[in-house]
Amino acid sequence: MVEKHTIIVTVVNSAGVLARISGLLSQRGYNIESVIGAPTEDPNIYKISLVVEETEEHIEQIVKQLNKLVDTIRVTDISHKGNYIVREYIILKLDVNAKNRTDLFQLIHIFKANPIDVAPDHVILEMAGTRRKIDRFIEMVRPFGIREYVRSGEFAMAEYQTSKKGEIKNGD
Amino acid sequence: MNGAQILIDGLRREGVDTIFGYPGGVVIPIFDILYSVKDIRFLLTRHEQGATHAADGYARSTGKVGVCLVTSGPGATNTITGIATAKMDSSPIVVISGQVATGNIGTDAFQETDMFGLTRSICKHNYLIKDVKDLPRIIKEAFYIARTGRPGPVSIDVPVDVSNGKLKNYTYPEAVELPGYKPVMKGNAAQIKKLAEAIAHAQKPLLYTGGGVVSSNASEEILQLIDKTHIPIVVTLMGLGTVPYDHPCFLGMPGMHGRVAANKALVECDLLIGIGVRFDDRITGPRHTFAINTIVAHIDVDPSEIGKNIRTTIPIVGDAKFILRALIEKVKSRAKSSWNERTEFWKEKFPLTYKESGNGSVNPQYVIERLNQFADPNAIVVTDVGQNQMWAAQYCQYRYPRKFLSSGGLGTMGFGLPAAMGAALGNSKTQVICIAGDGGIQMNIQELATCSINRIPVKILVLNNSYLGMVRQWQDLFWDKKYSRVCLRQTPDCPPECRGSRDDCPGGYVPDLVKVAEANGMRGFRATCKAEVDQVLKKGLAEKGPVLMEFFINREENVYPMVSAGKPLTEIMMGD
Repeated sequence: MVEKHTIIVTVVNSAGVLARISGLLSQRGYNIESVIGAPTEDPNIYKISLVVEETEEHIEQIVKQLNKLVDTIRVTDISHKGNYIVREYIILKLDVNAKNRTDLFQLIHIFKANPIDVAPDHVILEMAGTRRKIDRFIEMVRPFGIREYVRSGEFAMAEYQTSKKGEIKNGD
Repeated sequence: MNGAQILIDGLRREGVDTIFGYPGGVVIPIFDILYSVKDIRFLLTRHEQGATHAADGYARSTGKVGVCLVTSGPGATNTITGIATAKMDSSPIVVISGQVATGNIGTDAFQETDMFGLTRSICKHNYLIKDVKDLPRIIKEAFYIARTGRPGPVSIDVPVDVSNGKLKNYTYPEAVELPGYKPVMKGNAAQIKKLAEAIAHAQKPLLYTGGGVVSSNASEEILQLIDKTHIPIVVTLMGLGTVPYDHPCFLGMPGMHGRVAANKALVECDLLIGIGVRFDDRITGPRHTFAINTIVAHIDVDPSEIGKNIRTTIPIVGDAKFILRALIEKVKSRAKSSWNERTEFWKEKFPLTYKESGNGSVNPQYVIERLNQFADPNAIVVTDVGQNQMWAAQYCQYRYPRKFLSSGGLGTMGFGLPAAMGAALGNSKTQVICIAGDGGIQMNIQELATCSINRIPVKILVLNNSYLGMVRQWQDLFWDKKYSRVCLRQTPDCPPECRGSRDDCPGGYVPDLVKVAEANGMRGFRATCKAEVDQVLKKGLAEKGPVLMEFFINREENVYPMVSAGKPLTEIMMGD
């Protein structure tokens, strides 16, 4: 059964490391939905977030293969873990006219989307949120007419967790 | 010091005594330093592919890291096959390629290729050096990565301005700092205990070992374990020699062209202990048919191999030698049992056989049998790929690890001769024998000259059937004998749809390999019938220097036993 999994790969910030990760996944024929990589607060460390749509067995192999890379410090499949803050970002360009503009702006308000540009026949919005929130927003604004959108793919951070002894530890 | 000097110094510190390679424009600064270097031997091959396979053969036969040095562009791309070969068989080599100056990278400069991008998927790790100050660290890391954990090839691309770049205060690092790479050596004690218990309860345990036991130098521990527990063992192509060919518990090589006893044991065992193996399709057949009612234990240093192909009940990640030592302590002695009797009975009932051609023509299996009589018992045998490789694996009498070298994972034709050259340079006191077919020998035939000029005494056996034998066998058995483009002497005069050789075939053996050998500065001998085999072997093996011995073998001999692709190990074809 194929499922979407979000995987965070913490790697050494070496030249070409993002190409390595993407290359490894494509070489093995895995289905990558999105990849987002950027440096972190530590200049030696780079984090890559992947959303992969694959079977359980393939996910296990993906995690193992990623771990095997010399540059990989840690791989975490956060898909079923509750203690992660997961976000995605989107920019959308929507058709709008004088008649439906008010309705659209109500939705924008409810979803806490942010208008960046407003024109007589279209509006450009940005929004951050969970994948579910973004998916839902897209569903709701589709009737207006989506001209274009660009999504970042998910990225995540571990929340604080308290262990049984009351110690604070990071999940990731 | 400049980058070139630092590179050579780094290699020296890593214990390198031999470099295989071929120069070119962007590596002249490095070759300029090598000019005066006396403590590192440089073997100039005649093709970079030969240099890569030679470094690989050196590594497999000595356990040390093989080193290859080539130029940029076509020099680098010529090493791709060799690097992929080493990757598939987990062989430790470091391939250093020159590159255009850092400022010219990306401009399609003369002899520029993206070696860093090209090798990414076929090496364990790779580097493109951008600054000479990174060079010492990268050399140290490259060797460390190549030789530890699951060994593998590492590619280092060195731009010419890095080679020329000067570094003040050069120091070679004491240690590596690789936060993402920490191979596990010791196995989990609880899992080892679990395995020891499983062995105690098993009625029909079976050891299945491969290249990983050789890499780990754990042959002694395997023999000790067998001594204590009398567990029968099957050994894959990559592991042959782990136990001597005549060890009573050795059932043979398993798999597609394996021995019947080995495959029967794989099917019937109730505990399968895989050590340093990867449950490859050549062994298992279709995955859903393999080890169905068996408890599978898998010991491997690479965690990604465990559970990759077969569900595993007792996984143990770690180095084979360490784990075996702990296991031998924990495991209880076992006496020989009815299972041993059964497996030995299979060995006797199903020996390797071949149909002797009555007309005095040469069976390839016979050549190997006679080779066993005349070869040094300590000899290293290096095979090429195809039917010649399978017959060598079946019939050679290997007694120690690192004595049987073969391109198993990638199956690279043309591997044999250069790899034998590398093995000979790594083991100057040992007889080195190369067994090849006429197809494979032509793929790196230019290395004959390298052998002669450098007096590398490789003893080359060519089993010549003028066919791409293994492919022809498949066409024979599964494609209605439609021999499409496998006859190496098919001429425009031949009938358009040939289904096999006949006595009146036009064309002859081209090239004349004996003449080719002589043209390349070594002697060549040929046996065209069974009666001539012994004397060719005797004369050839007695030569001090390199020599080529050619045997015209039966053109349409097939390798048996055979389990065809897609069939389970229970369906073994025994002969024509």
